Amino acid sequence: MAGLTLKGVRKAYGTIAVIHGVDLAIADGEFIVFVGPSGCGKSTLLRIIAGLEDVTDGEIAIDGLDVTRVPASDRGLAMVFQSYALYPHMTVYKNMAFALENMGLAHTETDGRVRRAAKMLRLTEYLERKPKALSGGQRQRVAIGRAIVRDPKIFLLDEPLSNLDAELRVATRKELAALHAEIGGTMIYVTHDQVEAMTMAHRIVVLRGGRIEQVGTPLDLYNRPDNLFVAGFIGSPRMNLLPVQVISPGLVRVGETGEPIKVTTGSLAVGASATLGVRPEHIALADGAADLTLTIDLVEQLGGDTYFYASAPGLPQITVRQNGQALRGRGETLPVRFEPAHLHLFDAQGAAVRPGR
Amino acid sequence: MKPIQLLRARRRSGHWHWTDIAAYAYLGLGVILMFGPVVWLVLSSFKTQASLLEFPPSLLPLSQQEVRIAGFPQPLPLFAATLDNGERRELAQIRRIGLIAQMVDPADPKQQYRVATAKLAPVRHLSFMTSNYTEPLQKFAFTRYLWNSVFVTMIATLITLLINSMAAYALSIYEFRGKTIAMLMVIGTLMIPITIILVPVYLVVTKLGLVNSLWAVILPGAATPTGVFLLRQYMLTLPRDLIEAARMDKASEWQIYWRIVMPLAAPALAVLAIFSIMWRWNEFLWPLAVLTKSESFTLQIGLNAFQGELQTQWNYLLAMTVVSLIPVALVFVFLQRFIATGIANTGMK
Amino acid sequence: MTDLPTGIEPQAAPTASLLARLRRAGGTAFGAVLGALLRLVDRPMRLLQQLVGERRMAYVFLLPNLVFFSLFVFVPLAIDLVFSFTGGESLFPSQRPYVGTDQYAYLFDCGSFFDPASCRVDHFWRGVANTLRFTIFQLVSMVTFSLVTALVLNMPIRGRGFFRAVYFFPVLLSPVVVALVWKWILQRDGLLNAGLTMIGGQKILFFVDPGWAMFWSVFVSVWAHMGFYTLILLAGLQAIPADLYEAAQMDATPRWRVLWRITLPLLWPNLIVVIVLALIRGVQTFDEVFVLTGGGPGTATLMIVQYIYETAFASQVQNFGLAAAASIVLGVVLFLLTLAQLSRTRSAS
Repeated sequence: MAGLTLKGVRKAYGTIAVIHGVDLAIADGEFIVFVGPSGCGKSTLLRIIAGLEDVTDGEIAIDGLDVTRVPASDRGLAMVFQSYALYPHMTVYKNMAFALENMGLAHTETDGRVRRAAKMLRLTEYLERKPKALSGGQRQRVAIGRAIVRDPKIFLLDEPLSNLDAELRVATRKELAALHAEIGGTMIYVTHDQVEAMTMAHRIVVLRGGRIEQVGTPLDLYNRPDNLFVAGFIGSPRMNLLPVQVISPGLVRVGETGEPIKVTTGSLAVGASATLGVRPEHIALADGAADLTLTIDLVEQLGGDTYFYASAPGLPQITVRQNGQALRGRGETLPVRFEPAHLHLFDAQGAAVRPGR
Repeated sequence: MKPIQLLRARRRSGHWHWTDIAAYAYLGLGVILMFGPVVWLVLSSFKTQASLLEFPPSLLPLSQQEVRIAGFPQPLPLFAATLDNGERRELAQIRRIGLIAQMVDPADPKQQYRVATAKLAPVRHLSFMTSNYTEPLQKFAFTRYLWNSVFVTMIATLITLLINSMAAYALSIYEFRGKTIAMLMVIGTLMIPITIILVPVYLVVTKLGLVNSLWAVILPGAATPTGVFLLRQYMLTLPRDLIEAARMDKASEWQIYWRIVMPLAAPALAVLAIFSIMWRWNEFLWPLAVLTKSESFTLQIGLNAFQGELQTQWNYLLAMTVVSLIPVALVFVFLQRFIATGIANTGMK
Repeated sequence: MTDLPTGIEPQAAPTASLLARLRRAGGTAFGAVLGALLRLVDRPMRLLQQLVGERRMAYVFLLPNLVFFSLFVFVPLAIDLVFSFTGGESLFPSQRPYVGTDQYAYLFDCGSFFDPASCRVDHFWRGVANTLRFTIFQLVSMVTFSLVTALVLNMPIRGRGFFRAVYFFPVLLSPVVVALVWKWILQRDGLLNAGLTMIGGQKILFFVDPGWAMFWSVFVSVWAHMGFYTLILLAGLQAIPADLYEAAQMDATPRWRVLWRITLPLLWPNLIVVIVLALIRGVQTFDEVFVLTGGGPGTATLMIVQYIYETAFASQVQNFGLAAAASIVLGVVLFLLTLAQLSRTRSAS
């Protein structure tokens, strides 16, 4: 169990920089999720922590000890690969015991650890099988087991669920969270799926283009996104982002002709262009005065919820989420009102506008 | 079903195009032309020295029947004789005087005949001269050659597999300075035949004090560019994740090579092993140059020497040729598909 | 991902169960040996890794192969050059006097390059002429026959595997065996002459007539190696998508047109490989012809490589310098051919 610190970590392949100075401190026992679109550098960052990639610049410390130049095999970390990377010629047992043998552990100790992990992961009856003879979920558990037996300082998980089907992914997600609760190690988990990030993480690190966009608890990111990118990335369906203009301090107008909407405008000048963010669940159907009147393009009935995809002239399509089964059809008008407490305003550079800023 | 129907059954349309007939004719001719010589070799290898020199040769290994008759110390050759009265009888020949042979009836040794040799036809039966095979084993250093060939083939193949796979591992898994140069050197030597460096390799071997030692045959060809190339191409297809996982599992680089990469490259290693066995077993020019003492001859050199020395002893030569074919035949029967895929995939031999 | 690339996986054979059992038994024993070996090597390797670092282990893995390459390829290449610019009879470069380009001048001292007899080293030039003639005839017949065979074997015929094996098996035979088999058939009282006299012809002394000796040299070479080239072409044919043929069938394209407009153009890359390989092999020809004809009658089938071998090893005066000069000339020719092949394969892929 250990904490991890990254200081000014940079990585470049030749002249192409992929990580532009990352600073991050991870506490002992934390479950951290790196999330971002593909190519954002999250996997590279994980591999840098693992020691599989050299850093171009910066420092990595585990428990306060600088490990920047320590090779992967000596950092005492364990990694679960996206492809699982199970040794195809070894049985499940051998796969899990391989690292322990390399560490020079006594045979009885190795055996005990492997069997304990196998029991925890319900793999006991598959110990003598080869990976080829296992289902996807089982392989995934072997990969995790291989990490657990090591009792590593930090677990690194590189999109471990991406090769599972949707149903299994949800089930394994819950198991992983339970597992973390049980063994309590520090875990760094990479995914491009913000739902995985939201459901499992203590803290989420949102990355884009090799830079950290925001670090915070899932609800922090959901409730107070620092910028347009995080706002758009976290939450499903996505936050609606509408072009607005500040018409007076504390008031903006959607498009050219919309009703004035009350929102904190901070230091934005009157007349400035900005972006108003409002999540689909924070748009209510208006009984009386509407902030905006939309025309329904498409309705999705999920039973528990209803999604309207609606549009207004000059605006991008807007998603509206209603609890229950709202019975409206395509082409009908949809007068809506934004919940004032849940509006986000972003300046022209995409940064969130906060009170007093 | 008749064969013709069997052949026809394959075509949905059911009618014959002339190219089909031509194809089968070609294949039939091919079978005779390709198999014939080897079948002929094997049949001939069981013939007696005498019947090998016979012209025209008989197809099957036949030898003249001989009978032992009381009163004659030697077994006598048996002939079918046409007697003066037109009767045909099987008689043994005691001696020949000019055109007349003195014959005896095996059933009744007291009865003797004089028959013109023109009226005699040898009585022959199928007999396999296994002594063609057993005698060289005692008379000549044949077992020595056999052992030398087996030794060279085995040791050379093991060395080749080991050092080629190590180089291939380095060239496929690592990034290091000089990698491109190393690759270029491998590709550059792909087509340098032993022929053009025959003399200087001989010098190197002399300097190493290896002339007339089997190691002189084993070592020079151990590092094969083809082998490195083949193995590297295969190792490149192994998932990088496996290597990295092993590194995370605290495996040393040697362990990664020996316990992860080698087992996974087994199919390619098998192909190289087969090729190496073929090369080494059949190798000729280099051993011919470097092995001058007959106790260090390999089978191929031994055979070549025999065909020079034993011009008249075709029976032994043919039998030994057949023996030298046995490992090749085994490889062929069991691993033909393997080799075929190997060649098709790599275009090498 | 655990499904590793299985490009060279063996096909299941009927003997699989027996083989599998053998393999398992052998595998366990082999595994034990390998395990012991690993433990023995692992510790020093780990120490070495700590010493040189993880990344530089690549050099350690590369080292053995490199040593072999240097010792038996690169150093010899350099010595070859030294030899070719020095004279004398010594094998050791230090004892050889520098003669400049004398060896080459001597080698190329010809009255007319079209007449070997006008050259100082007429054997070399006869070798060149013979090799050229051999290579051309061999190339043409090799390409023709392997192409026809591949086309026939690619047809939907019964017993394709068997026929493929028939054409392929001589590839595995050693050149010595191939030559001996045919020598046995072609000798004065051999099978072929028996056949000739049976149909009323005369015996032909194949190895006394220069024309016949060359013919059979080419024939035997094609017989022995055709299977190899056929396989390469067959692999190419089978890579042509079947729907192209179906499309042609839908368009009612005649067969010859399909062959000419679809098959051959798409097979072209493989054909190039075959042509260049056959060319290179032809220039390097030695073993079969040497054992079959000994270069004779006279010098009628003497090839360049045989000349080099005999000049350096088999003649009274071992003229290493001249042999090296001839090797370098041959090496340059082979290098150019290899370059041609590399550029072709690059442009093809």
